[in-house]
Amino acid sequence: MAINLFTDKGVPLERQRFTWKELVGKPISKLDDDAFTRVRVILMNGIETDALRVSQVLLRMQREARVPLAQLTRVENHQATAINWMVSADHSPLETTIAYEQVAIEVTASVAQHEPDAYMAQAYRYALLEDFDHLYRYAALMDRLEGKDANSITQGYTDIVPGRPTVVHHRSPENDLLECYARDAALATKLHAITLVGGEYQTHDYYIHYGPWFADPVARQLYAEIASVESQHIVHYGSMLNPDESPLEKLLLQQANEVWNYQACASQETNPRVKALWEQFLEYELGHVQCALQLFKDIERRDPAEVLGDGKLPRGIEFRSHRDFLRQALAEVPMRKDGTRFVDEDDEAVASLQYRNHMNSQGSPSQGVSSAYQWMPGTELAARPATIA
Amino acid sequence: MDNTTAVGMNRTGLDMAPLSKDQLVEFAREQAPRAPHEPAGLAEVRKQYALEADRVGSVPVPASLKGVAKAAMGKLKGDNPEVLIDKLGERLAFERTGVRLYEALITKAGAASQGPMLDLAQLQAMRDDEASHFELLTRCLQQLGADPTAVTPCADVAGVAATGHLQVLTDPRTTLAQALGSMLMVELGDNASWELLAELARQSGHEPMAQAFAGPLQAEARHLETVRGWLRQAVLDEGG
Repeated sequence: MAINLFTDKGVPLERQRFTWKELVGKPISKLDDDAFTRVRVILMNGIETDALRVSQVLLRMQREARVPLAQLTRVENHQATAINWMVSADHSPLETTIAYEQVAIEVTASVAQHEPDAYMAQAYRYALLEDFDHLYRYAALMDRLEGKDANSITQGYTDIVPGRPTVVHHRSPENDLLECYARDAALATKLHAITLVGGEYQTHDYYIHYGPWFADPVARQLYAEIASVESQHIVHYGSMLNPDESPLEKLLLQQANEVWNYQACASQETNPRVKALWEQFLEYELGHVQCALQLFKDIERRDPAEVLGDGKLPRGIEFRSHRDFLRQALAEVPMRKDGTRFVDEDDEAVASLQYRNHMNSQGSPSQGVSSAYQWMPGTELAARPATIA
Repeated sequence: MDNTTAVGMNRTGLDMAPLSKDQLVEFAREQAPRAPHEPAGLAEVRKQYALEADRVGSVPVPASLKGVAKAAMGKLKGDNPEVLIDKLGERLAFERTGVRLYEALITKAGAASQGPMLDLAQLQAMRDDEASHFELLTRCLQQLGADPTAVTPCADVAGVAATGHLQVLTDPRTTLAQALGSMLMVELGDNASWELLAELARQSGHEPMAQAFAGPLQAEARHLETVRGWLRQAVLDEGG
């Protein structure tokens, strides 16, 4: 069904209600559900928590919109709860981490291929190769700490091999920045960037929250290192967003982004119970867009078509294995950053090299954990012949 | 709730990805030379941290003067009363959590519609045993002048270890047999720990305390056999 942001009005905000029982429904099965169901659950939690973040910031900035923002914030929070509580309790933090990296890889790969702006597409491929490497490092940790196979989470959809080595992800802050999109950029470009910012925020917050949960110092170090890179990625993707957009313009785009993502989830979901939730929340988000449209018109006195064009949505994320694309993208592993430019390895900004050399001077967690590591079915222990006394 | 083991669409194994299986393995092998080779691997980092680490915490100093005197006396006799206080604190914390574990098991057994039907009255008695053991240990710590509300280092570590069992017992999706499997591990550990505690109390010169532990030892042995029997019945009946 083709959605139009102006004419499809969804469920009015005042009719969007929950009970505690509805917020805490049945979780998905770690064993039986398709990995992409979990990918969508994690992605949409990231999208919702980012929408929540934006509404909360706008509350501090937009006096006339305080009441509707408070109402929106309430619903967004409960949507995030209903979604995130679908992750079942038998997922260890490390297993959830593997799933987070699979989200980053497969969602970014789809976005990178659909992105109409060549510079932005390059930026997606750049960070994609870093998240691809994080999966490999965490898979090594999971194997060597818990004795578990990361493929039981990724289910054969995603390769577990080195990307751009994490040890070289550490850049000086100014070299994480990108050029932002133009205010009249394609809606697809804007929605892609908003989606990735939300995803990276969520990943960073998860790692910085769960790093101290681990007793093992190797795990604590690796989470510290990769949380730092995810923070860089928030800057990387966050700097794609145009700072000249007005607060309500950002609200409008954020709500449109939620509609766009829910539509993609609803159209590809294989678990009927989860699909029903995506459909329900798609209707809710269309209601939020109506609220944002009204605020935009009433307060900014601007035509929303300036931001949303004809109200039609661009092509959605494809939730599938992007193995071939990723393997080709590995050719860009040597690429580095100098300011907002992508450069050859030899031309990387000196400030990044200095920063990195210091950070790695007492050892590299990501290198140590994965020393001589090769993913194998059933863990690396399965590759060694068993000795039976 | 349904307590049966069912065949279904489990997707965790590589055989569930027949189309990508071979290329996944082959590509990982092909890319293996790109893995780092660090001379100081995980073990070295862990060793370094172990050498630098503080302990999780300390055994609290007995608060009452009587306690201080007794602790000091123990020291003079060449004993380490803090070891006994630590282990008493561990057992106390474990028995207190044990009450909650049995309460979770009672709820699960009460919701069962299939599989083994556990005797709820017997389960309740087992839960009450754990509560009475908790009370006994509270009195023992008070006799030594120690604070029974304090978390000793061994109590803390035992709490970390019990976390997984709590997750298994309170997950609405786990079957009775899965919950009993967890309880078997709990009871095996509990039995061995009571034996060790009685031995330690005796060695520390607290013979009356060691004798008072005979009751819990017998009760825990009964719990172990009961849980083992239920689990055996649940698994073999379903497997047969």
